[in-house]
Amino acid sequence: SESVRSDGSFNESLRNTSHQLVITEICFKSKCYFRNEINVQKNDKGDCFHQPRVRGEDSFEEAPMYVAVLTYMNYGIVILFGYFRDFLRAVGLEKCHQAQEREEQKDFVPLYQDFENFYKRNLYTRVRDNWNRPICSLPGPVFDIMERVSDDYNWTFRLTGRTVENVINMGSYNYLGFAENNVDLLKTVAEETRQYGVGVCSTRQELGNLSIHEKLERLVAEFLGVESAMAFGMGFATNSMNIPALVGKGCLILSDELNHTSLILGARLSGATIRVFKHNNMQSLEKMLKEAICSGQPRTHRTWKKILIMVEGIYSMEGSLVRLPEILELKKKYKAYLYLDEAHSIGAVGPIGRGVTEHFGVDPNEVDVLMGTFTKSFGAAGGYIAGKKELVDYLRSHSHSAVYATAMSPPVVEQIIRAIKCIMGVDGTTEGQRRVRQLAENTRYLRSRLKKMGFIIYGNQDSPVVPLLLYLPGKVGAFSRAMLKRKIGVVVVGFPATPITEARARFCVSAAHTREMLDKVLQSLDELGDYIKVKFSRHRSSYRPELYDETDFELDS
Amino acid sequence: MDMKNMREFMGWLYYQYLLITGIYVLEPWEQSIFNTLLFTMVAMVIYTSYVFVPIHEIMILSPY
Repeated sequence: SESVRSDGSFNESLRNTSHQLVITEICFKSKCYFRNEINVQKNDKGDCFHQPRVRGEDSFEEAPMYVAVLTYMNYGIVILFGYFRDFLRAVGLEKCHQAQEREEQKDFVPLYQDFENFYKRNLYTRVRDNWNRPICSLPGPVFDIMERVSDDYNWTFRLTGRTVENVINMGSYNYLGFAENNVDLLKTVAEETRQYGVGVCSTRQELGNLSIHEKLERLVAEFLGVESAMAFGMGFATNSMNIPALVGKGCLILSDELNHTSLILGARLSGATIRVFKHNNMQSLEKMLKEAICSGQPRTHRTWKKILIMVEGIYSMEGSLVRLPEILELKKKYKAYLYLDEAHSIGAVGPIGRGVTEHFGVDPNEVDVLMGTFTKSFGAAGGYIAGKKELVDYLRSHSHSAVYATAMSPPVVEQIIRAIKCIMGVDGTTEGQRRVRQLAENTRYLRSRLKKMGFIIYGNQDSPVVPLLLYLPGKVGAFSRAMLKRKIGVVVVGFPATPITEARARFCVSAAHTREMLDKVLQSLDELGDYIKVKFSRHRSSYRPELYDETDFELDS
Repeated sequence: MDMKNMREFMGWLYYQYLLITGIYVLEPWEQSIFNTLLFTMVAMVIYTSYVFVPIHEIMILSPY
């Protein structure tokens, strides 16, 4: 085992294969970048002597060169065949199943000639049977899928009538296992439905503000440790409708490269200037902040009204954690505001499930706007925004979502209330804490076993989102179908949700998964990895620029 | 038994070829077109090297 080594100069270190868990500590306060290699004992209480928490390192391992070459070759060949098929369709030798312009419109601007439609017709449709699979049971740790076949190569589907039962669910965002239909646990939900009904038939501002909504908001504020919170009916709408209320023209938004579409949409709708910094890269962010404060707005050089830094707790496609302590330092130094989107991390990280603020040992009142969703860890639907009382009161009257959207449905609200009470332990049991611990254990187990097997896994060791890189588009389809044959349901993602060369399979670990289920999944992955040959890992260091190596950042746009 | 293992192994090799070149996603008749083209090109390369490589060798090695 390695002993603690610390000296003033920073030293390069390669990750070696046997000690997979290397902790990197970057001391931002003292403005010097040095590295300690500490053998990990426990990952919630850090043994360091500077910062309150250590964070595991995000890994973004690079694949061998031949994989990149083969991926491009794959796409090249399939695109050539795509052009050939389009030619056949244009000539008339083949029937076009996708929408086409009418004869009279053929002389006008073409509607279906761009790359997106080409991709959809010729690449996506060929492997389309791996998505939108109809599920006919509760999306718990195991579920049932309806079997469907296609007679004309995925243009149309038909259900055979049979059901594939007990498929292990590795794709649902069921982090704490609250997607359950146990009658005892849902008693309060039934009672509230009996009292309030299901439909609210009004917006929060008009006649839709039920007492159960106020109860929920007080509970969410208490759960997070902030002054006040407000809940909305849809997680996506929480982001896209509330950011325009917070910033406007004359403000600057600094958003991470890999932010979710809802954040990007909200930023664009607000009309503020958006600048993108490299993923989790603090030097890039600091350079942008300095430049923004020195030069001001683009043409007039007036000062910016507000500078808002938008980051996510866990990035859902990479599984990487935000560098929260460093961002808070930067925020205080340059007097910017921070918007933290904890969609995937609330309830899923942290020793008692309070999210990334707890994981890093940071006071949640330091983050200006805490946003999260109830879809992932709480088994319901909706989102919340929490922070100071003035902020939330302002949003109650100025947010589009609060003014125009229908209020949340009472059974859903009660489900969230019971889930939060369970996690906090208020209902008298230790079930919630058991689930949080079970999730952490499952995450660690799955990640370490997958790494040992030789797969390329992205992200932080504590994040329950586990992306397994597949790269080649042919293998993506083969992987998903083969896993379904072995009765494991996975989510595979390709372009345009990920970069075109980095297609991946994304596993979402759940507290409801037992050790046997995880073992079965791991064994299938092992066999399948050898059969399809997706074990690309060679334990090389990451290609993303390390913080202390970059001396100059020039962004492209 | 050896024949069966051999067949299985050849089947797995063909599957790998389909995955690596990306033809796995195409329909069977498209796969046949690609295989024909590839086989033709490989055959032409082999024929050309069989006919011309000895002549080139002799030309290079002899100084006259």
